[in-house]
Amino acid sequence: MRNPISETVRQLQPSGIRRFFDVANTMEDVISLGVGEPDFDTPWHIREEGIYSLEQGRTFYTSNAGLMELKKEIVRYLDRRFHLPYTPEQVLVTVGGSEAIDIALRSMLDPGDEVIIPEPCFVSYLPCVKMAGGVPVPLPLEEKDQFKLTKEKLLSAISDRTKILVLPFPNNPTGAIMTENELRQIAEIIEERDLFVLSDEIYSELSYQGDHVSIASLPGMAERTIVINGFSKSYAMTGWRLGYAAGPEEIIKQMLKVHQYVIMCAPTTSQYAAVEALRYGDEDVARMRESYDERRRFLVKELNDMGIPCFEPMGAFYVFPNISRFGMTSEEFATRLLHQEKVAVVPGSAFGGCGEGYLRISYAYSIDNLKLALGKIQNFIDTLF
Amino acid sequence: MKERILRNIARNSRLSTEDLAAMLSASPEEIRGAVEQMEKEGVICGYPTLINWDKIDAERVTALIELKVTPERGRGFDRAAERIYQFDEVESLYLMSGGGFDLTVIVHGRTMKEVARFVATKLAPMDDIESTATHFVLKKYKEYGLSLVEGKKRDERQLITP
Repeated sequence: MRNPISETVRQLQPSGIRRFFDVANTMEDVISLGVGEPDFDTPWHIREEGIYSLEQGRTFYTSNAGLMELKKEIVRYLDRRFHLPYTPEQVLVTVGGSEAIDIALRSMLDPGDEVIIPEPCFVSYLPCVKMAGGVPVPLPLEEKDQFKLTKEKLLSAISDRTKILVLPFPNNPTGAIMTENELRQIAEIIEERDLFVLSDEIYSELSYQGDHVSIASLPGMAERTIVINGFSKSYAMTGWRLGYAAGPEEIIKQMLKVHQYVIMCAPTTSQYAAVEALRYGDEDVARMRESYDERRRFLVKELNDMGIPCFEPMGAFYVFPNISRFGMTSEEFATRLLHQEKVAVVPGSAFGGCGEGYLRISYAYSIDNLKLALGKIQNFIDTLF
Repeated sequence: MKERILRNIARNSRLSTEDLAAMLSASPEEIRGAVEQMEKEGVICGYPTLINWDKIDAERVTALIELKVTPERGRGFDRAAERIYQFDEVESLYLMSGGGFDLTVIVHGRTMKEVARFVATKLAPMDDIESTATHFVLKKYKEYGLSLVEGKKRDERQLITP
């Protein structure tokens, strides 16, 4: 028989997170600080609206790009929160932010086009670039820059073939954010070198140092940016699988083509629930943000007190402590912690080579849960010296 | 800061001063000071525990009583209210808008009979009370923002996700 597997897919590395998950999953009573999703339930009024749409029998496909009602609310929301200038025609509703990332890359890349991917970062960009025929160019960011993308770093990664910069802020796993001034410097280079930006802003509502700034709100940048966002993190709606992309109409149009062939449309129930979220969910978002912020402060302080140095993350719901002083790789540290104390954290190396020496610890957990896990981490490091 | 302390202890009054301090990036002394001040000012009135009495065998009934009251010149409903809330049986007392009655009293007793006697002998005969309507609670689903019927929810998330 011939080899049934495509060479491109065969060569994709399985995600490091998956490997670790398989180990943790065989164990009982694991306390996990390893999730990338909120611990809150979707606010009831939003769930209720989803249920109502089912009662009304709204169980059909919507138009490919999404319900007009929803696209209008997304436009209003992006303007209200981030001063972004879109029309409903420039919005495409997708199955989570993940689909939006995939189809944006597929719609924009030709074979050989390079995509700069600042790391550590979410695990999907690199394989998506490869599957779209592009060439990923990982760009290691550093703790000394608070894991921000600097002008110098960006310049060092640009070649004649560079087409897209992935801009993943607020960042999973580091919690780093980019301020308006820092973005301006990036934007300058983007324009100068005639590049495009894939700005993954899925954590935009979880920004703890003033409001999140979107690079697309800077002069001249909306024309060059695809903004990815969604409902998973901000409204605690991961299981609803709903996200969106907003950008120049000519790109969105091509993305819509891919989307309509492979997906048809995003889930209808989720779209109705999302309309409710955008209209009446601002307070829920603020309440959850406040709660995350308190856990963040708590966790950073406790880790530092414990002797695990941890720079202060200003976004998302992760801390990224530095464990290099323990003389182990991050995978070794996480594996031993898991076996000894049954606490699951994610090795930083799962998010790119430069994540080596760090752990991703999620604070999408109650304070009680965090305290319990911290106690066990303390026990673990006590055995190391 | 005060409001953030209150929002937290409203949900969990057993949060330690040290934890609150870490959560709000303040010193334990600042938190202690703020809490003491709010206790003194009467902003924080106490730290009761939310109990689901249905879970233990003790007899206990709750009733909501609507009272129509004749207001008094100059003091409105306050005098009647003062005479009512001093009874130990009264858990809560509210002055209401609209609806054909003025005060809502929430009363606890061991039995319905005991509550009925309280209404008949103490509340109804008061001079300014024009009428009473007593409603007994059959089942409590939620109090102070906490569900009394749901069990503790299990974390159904995958252990590790990207």
